[in-house]
Amino acid sequence: MLTRRTTLGLLASLPLAPRAFAQARLSYDLTAKPLADGIWMVEGATEYFSMENGGAIVNVTLMKGDSGLILFDTGSSRRYGEALASLARSLDIRGISAVVNTHHHPDHFFGNQIFADRPIHALGGTRQAALDEGEAFADNMYRLLGDWMRGTEVVPPSDVIAGGELALDGRDFLALPLGGHTGADLALMDRRTGTLVAGDLVFYNRAPTTPSADIPRWQQALEALQAEKPALVIPGHGPADPTGASITQTRDYLGWLDGTLRAGARSGLDMVELMETPLPDRFAGMGAQPQEYQRSVAHLFPGIEREELPRGN
Amino acid sequence: MFIRTVFAALIAVAGSAAVALDDPQTVLQDPMGSGMWNYHQKGLLGDPADIRFDDRVVLRAPDSAEDSLNVPLLVDATAIPDVKRIVISADYGPIPHILTYYPEQAEPKLALRFKIDQATAIRASVETQSGSWHIGSTYIDAAGGGCTAPANAYASDDWEEKLGEVHGRLWSASGRARLVVDHPMDTGLADGIPVFIIQDLSLQTEDGTPLARLELHEPVNEDPAFTFYFDAGALPASVKVMGRDNNGNRIRGVLSEGELN
Repeated sequence: MLTRRTTLGLLASLPLAPRAFAQARLSYDLTAKPLADGIWMVEGATEYFSMENGGAIVNVTLMKGDSGLILFDTGSSRRYGEALASLARSLDIRGISAVVNTHHHPDHFFGNQIFADRPIHALGGTRQAALDEGEAFADNMYRLLGDWMRGTEVVPPSDVIAGGELALDGRDFLALPLGGHTGADLALMDRRTGTLVAGDLVFYNRAPTTPSADIPRWQQALEALQAEKPALVIPGHGPADPTGASITQTRDYLGWLDGTLRAGARSGLDMVELMETPLPDRFAGMGAQPQEYQRSVAHLFPGIEREELPRGN
Repeated sequence: MFIRTVFAALIAVAGSAAVALDDPQTVLQDPMGSGMWNYHQKGLLGDPADIRFDDRVVLRAPDSAEDSLNVPLLVDATAIPDVKRIVISADYGPIPHILTYYPEQAEPKLALRFKIDQATAIRASVETQSGSWHIGSTYIDAAGGGCTAPANAYASDDWEEKLGEVHGRLWSASGRARLVVDHPMDTGLADGIPVFIIQDLSLQTEDGTPLARLELHEPVNEDPAFTFYFDAGALPASVKVMGRDNNGNRIRGVLSEGELN
């Protein structure tokens, strides 16, 4: 018999089912892959941001320090930061002791909120860019990722560091203050293992992104990283690389990209025609292609065209 | 009861009459289903009777606008004979009319960049010499804000010196003319910045014969950039660029098949 109470009970239970489903769906399934003695990597999908991946497209590195784990980059959202914090506690009960942001792109520092009571280190240029552009990035991330972003607020890095020898939570690093992917890109070489946390200066089998890029400066930075002869490269996106092939590939791609856009400008091509140009085989299989190439045409072509076309008055 | 029925009937009649009054004289089935096309068909095109959507008018653009201030678009109506003009517009946005292209001696094909304010259907409405209209469409997704942001030019203090600077070149063998003109193209929608746009821009032979002509509106991008297409070998050795903005500044330049930088 359908009484008033059972009806109300049924009605009350209805909204619960979809809510539980939504909560189950929007959770990051992060795993820490051991790379070397006291070093783990959380490997991101080699894709663009989507509702399916929740923005978990970035590589995050964890290293053992004296009082906990040092965290390199914090992911794309508050929820991602929370998932990282609990993953860290499963590796070391003391959790995260110090944080580094390699640069100011949102997939690398939007989890900062969770670690706001610990020092968050970055280059001065990164801190400033996060202050200047963070809110605009947040608008776009909410649009791309929807509910994955719930509660995420922009927390810029707190502690400015310079280049050179650097101790973080008792672990020694060489800090390389570089740029080119953005105005300020920090790469850190772990002195104990020769592991290079390269940030987005290096991509591997995933197309490099260029919204804030300065390609000549980026090429110089890659040369500097190559000269350090790292034993293991952890790129910002793509698998860890013990051979250095990731640096060579990123250099090759950037050289090809710049050359293709300049040749296009010199033969009167428009952006749409360039975007439709098929990619060479060696780049066509990279993650997030051809979308990332098309985005690069939008970012870089107007400036390149101005440099290449002659004055008409 | 009867009175209520009469009222309902009256409202229904008035309602349908109002819709009928708003409809264009030729009602089309919009392939984009955007809900705004009927309105623009009247407002932008002057409610022509001889009008249809036509797959031969091709719009090439990215699916999504990476930079809402610089959305590339290539309109190709070369499959339509005797083109008089092409009206390029966005269904949704504070200023729908982007530009009108009069190909004159060029092919009815144009590459441009424009500012987008939100995800919207984009149209190229092609009018032939005999007055029949052929419309092509595409859809571009966008985060928005392209029309209401101040021009980037104001971030540097030398924008006035660069105003009206022309960059460009001819490629006679492939029949291309590429043109970039420095101009803020202020829409008037950013706070405290009045409308400041190039209104007319044309390519002419040395003796003033028009080769191709553009009538620009606010949504054209800052530093407007165009590729014009001609028959291979049809371009003269040099082409004059003539233009004017709404403040009376003249734009003058010459394109030729000269040295690249």
